[in-house]
Amino acid sequence: MTKRSYINGLPLVLLLSGMSTPAFAGSEDVVVENAWSRASIGVNRPGAAYMTVRNTGEDTVTLTGLTTPLAVMPQIHETKTNADGVSSMAPADEITIEPGQSVALEPGGLHAMLMKLQNPMIEGETFPLTLTFSDGGEVTVEVPILGIAARGPES
Amino acid sequence: MQRRHVVQYGAAGVGAVALMLGVGWWRVDGPGAPKPAGQRPLPLSAMDFRLTDHEGNEVGPETLIGRPTMVFFGFTYCPDVCPTTLSDISGWLEDLGDEAARMNVVFITVDPERDTVEAMAEYVGYFHPAIRGWTGPANQVARAAEGFRASYERVPTEGGDYTMNHTASVFLFDAKGELVTMIDYHEPREFAVPKIRRALTEVVEGAT
Ligand SMILES: [Cu+2]
Repeated sequence: MTKRSYINGLPLVLLLSGMSTPAFAGSEDVVVENAWSRASIGVNRPGAAYMTVRNTGEDTVTLTGLTTPLAVMPQIHETKTNADGVSSMAPADEITIEPGQSVALEPGGLHAMLMKLQNPMIEGETFPLTLTFSDGGEVTVEVPILGIAARGPES
Repeated sequence: MQRRHVVQYGAAGVGAVALMLGVGWWRVDGPGAPKPAGQRPLPLSAMDFRLTDHEGNEVGPETLIGRPTMVFFGFTYCPDVCPTTLSDISGWLEDLGDEAARMNVVFITVDPERDTVEAMAEYVGYFHPAIRGWTGPANQVARAAEGFRASYERVPTEGGDYTMNHTASVFLFDAKGELVTMIDYHEPREFAVPKIRRALTEVVEGAT
């Protein structure tokens, strides 16, 4: 699997955040790996995307949110399954990643929930997903869309 | 934040169903008491509900008796748990190979408002061909969940939509309709497939 992560949109970030200094405290060292998502049926159902977010730097980073042209309301969600086996899903709190650590967004746990899709998610295509961090930095990853029954980034 | 009350189908299940018919199934808190530990699904022969499969056939618990059965509750607007479980089930069925053809595999929606027969047909079509999708009137879905001791709850989401909390375990029954075991969400495949084999090989004749 090739790494599909890259960092872009720096001037835009500065413009939007109104920051006077280009020095981000950590998010420039965030790498997103193994991003994938499942195709959707139309646009009425929400989509979900998964990935590993790795902090390769020396500063703690905090993932605060998502943006994407694909969905009006992208949100980091967490699925929890209780002792009775009942699964529920809720917006996740801010996600802090220590230096050298990574956080997995994976089925049944954290996921990028893509609510109010603007376009259907079509197998074989990709879409850009931007992760925003508390230091004002952003990391955009191009997320491959796999089949509806995909089980992971390689299937 | 999220409302946490969960529809419970317990000893007072009949009362809960009656109440549900009156005030709408997703608004009901049920008898209120937490589910007693170890409360097991009924045998299929003791369940009573009428649903429609994704090809328009009338089905019920008796449809399942005679072959080993795997049942999962979910809904097609579910972005995470349901496609994950259905693709897990598809993988287990692939591992089982020809044996999978001897099983009933049923996905029962807990969201019949959106999951019409057509929606179920389109959705299950993306997974293993052995998987059947069942839907029907809300009160019949409630009766099915009651029989399996499954619970579900409608939860509003930001922006006016809603999602469903629901039991995510996979139920396994033998050919007589007796519960063999359950596969919990997150259970590794190396445990799941042997459990399914157990359901497939459970001796039927002479038991009870
Ligand atoms: Cu979600």
